[in-house]
Amino acid sequence: MCSLCGVLGGEGDWTDTPAVAASGVPAMRRAQRLQRVRVANAVLRRFGLVLADWEGAKYQLRSSTGRVELIDNLAQVWQAAERCIGRACDPLDPALIADIEQNERMS
Amino acid sequence: MPDQSGYIPVNVITGFLGSGKTTLLQRLLANPALKDTAVLVNEFGEVGLDHHLLRRLDDEIVLLQSGCLCCTIRGDLSAAMNDLYARRERGEIAEFRRLVVETTGLADPVPILSTVMAEPVLRHHFRLGNVVTTVDAINGLTHLTAQEESVKQAAVADRLVITKTDIASAPEVAELRDRLSRLNPAAPQLEVAPHLAVDPDLLLTRDLYDVRGKVEEVRRWLAIETEKTAEGSHHHHVDVNRHDARIHAFCLRFAQPLDWTAFGIWLTMLLHRHGNDVLRVKGMLNVGDTGGPVVIHGVQHLVHPPDHLPAWPDDDRSSRIVFIVRTLSREAIERSLAAFMRLAPPTAAAAV
Repeated sequence: MCSLCGVLGGEGDWTDTPAVAASGVPAMRRAQRLQRVRVANAVLRRFGLVLADWEGAKYQLRSSTGRVELIDNLAQVWQAAERCIGRACDPLDPALIADIEQNERMS
Repeated sequence: MPDQSGYIPVNVITGFLGSGKTTLLQRLLANPALKDTAVLVNEFGEVGLDHHLLRRLDDEIVLLQSGCLCCTIRGDLSAAMNDLYARRERGEIAEFRRLVVETTGLADPVPILSTVMAEPVLRHHFRLGNVVTTVDAINGLTHLTAQEESVKQAAVADRLVITKTDIASAPEVAELRDRLSRLNPAAPQLEVAPHLAVDPDLLLTRDLYDVRGKVEEVRRWLAIETEKTAEGSHHHHVDVNRHDARIHAFCLRFAQPLDWTAFGIWLTMLLHRHGNDVLRVKGMLNVGDTGGPVVIHGVQHLVHPPDHLPAWPDDDRSSRIVFIVRTLSREAIERSLAAFMRLAPPTAAAAV
């Protein structure tokens, strides 16, 4: 699936693929979905955004100004995020990388 | 069953004008192993193709609303593939087990790849197989220097076929091979000349989805352990006007297991912002699972569904990711991915 315009068939995005076969169990799928939300929020909060699971079917992205977007999968989150904040979300931005390096401990 | 994956594999044969695509196709189709192959061509060229499942494509391009450039769907290809599949299901044509699409010499191959990978109906019946790019030993270097399409065709290849080696000099062939290996080190290079046999198994059949070829294919990608760059080598003079001067390939290696969730978030973000400049990404990831590695494979903004290998291809358990990029710096990508791994939940890290 295209990570830029994930509109081409919302279902079955590659980011929904579990890392282990046991993730086919519903409880594991749910836990993995929530884990995706937690990790995404660790990035998104640096842009003033919060992601939440929406009924296990979509994700809800909310900006600090109250703007809300519903998205199908994580591949679409960055396009929605950029619409919300009006600027680029660039993982190669040296300031973003430095912020993560300084404020997140090594796991 | 079309193949072990349950999908009909689609091979794209691309290459610059006059580089020998149709001749290669003609020789491949003469092999009995490919008798159940349907063929879509852009034009009926000078080289006659005599095949019972041959269709012509018209150049109709559809840019999806709100779509990015690499998700330009080739409307003609989509319609032709859907039609072929429907007629196959109705029993009107032979039950083909493979489809080969030959592009025009000037085509950017990415819209063709994105049509196969992302078109909502097609992706339930077809899957992308090896992309085969022909490069002419006589004119290939000139094309790579002057034509961006030629560079892109070589960069997205799974197999590079060097043609006309029988009429080129050995130094010409060696220089072309060197340039191609810096541009796309993950793709094996094969020479084709009238006196050399064409192996359909190596070119088309053995791919990431083939049970026999899967581990071998991944091992081939990972043969690149040192950075090979079109601009970075001290041994090569580089003309900045050259179209492949900004395209380079490198392999990142991570000794510690990578958190799959953090990796997915990082890669979607990278491809969203820089997908136009990530021509290919291929990798084998240790995600801390006790089984084999997870294989990832993408072209620009498009990522294939990840696959789990049943076992590691060697004793090395580190994650290795090959990037073929335009302008992006290896250092920035490596540092960014390492930083995002700090976002992995501690429990996940403890588990690995």
